[in-house]
Amino acid sequence: MSEVPISWFLMLSAVIFALGVAGFLFRRNIITVFMSIELMLNGVNLSFVTFSYQLKQVNGHLFTFFVMVVAAAEAAVGLAIILTVFKNRSTLDIDDIDSMKN
Amino acid sequence: MDLILFLIFAIIAVVSAVNVVVQTHPISSAVSLIGVMGSLAVLYLLLGAEFIAAAQVIVYAGAVMVLFIFVILLLNAGAETKRGRSFMVQLLGVPLLIALLGLLAFFVSRLFPRGVSVRFGGFTGGTAQAVGKALFTTYLLPFEVTSLLILIAILGAIVLARKELD
Repeated sequence: MSEVPISWFLMLSAVIFALGVAGFLFRRNIITVFMSIELMLNGVNLSFVTFSYQLKQVNGHLFTFFVMVVAAAEAAVGLAIILTVFKNRSTLDIDDIDSMKN
Repeated sequence: MDLILFLIFAIIAVVSAVNVVVQTHPISSAVSLIGVMGSLAVLYLLLGAEFIAAAQVIVYAGAVMVLFIFVILLLNAGAETKRGRSFMVQLLGVPLLIALLGLLAFFVSRLFPRGVSVRFGGFTGGTAQAVGKALFTTYLLPFEVTSLLILIAILGAIVLARKELD
């Protein structure tokens, strides 16, 4: 009874990913949208580590490591872009940032 | 014991993740996101990924989220203004999301029969030694390319965020 079925980890990963998709689609604040992307990346990382456990290989950990590094780089550049957008438009609402729409 | 630990931290992760999505103020979302990342680090430990758990706490919960909170404070981001959603979003949003989750759950349950289960100590290949060995032998080229990526990201962040010099 002490053991956890491996599918529960994958279910948790799916739930976190779906919540990240929900935040990405429903939220209007650009910073919250960005945080939802991080949430999705975390969900995927959990499945990588779970598959790594199942296959008894270390490769999944390496993929998770690279995802983390890319996410850190992405956060630095993305937040710099958000700063620039706010400096030019003084809004964080993605509905108001629509200059590519027309 | 493993099951109890998994349930505690899985529930914390899911509640925090829901909180990230439903909170209107960005700083509340950011703090909830730290909760998700911390509980995921515990689950990584349960799966035998010691190095990844440490990196999760240091890189994600530490560095990335500090950057997020710093930007939120710098921009003085207030609560999101409520505005009417379009009719299609209200009608289809949640059902489509549940469809996505159901599809993922269906494939997971089809791909993974009940037999395999996780216990603490069942996989000991995730130590810093094992990860480092794989990182500097099999994955040496991606590792070096990653360092280049970070260098470019630093330059990009500086160029984007600096003050215009007249």
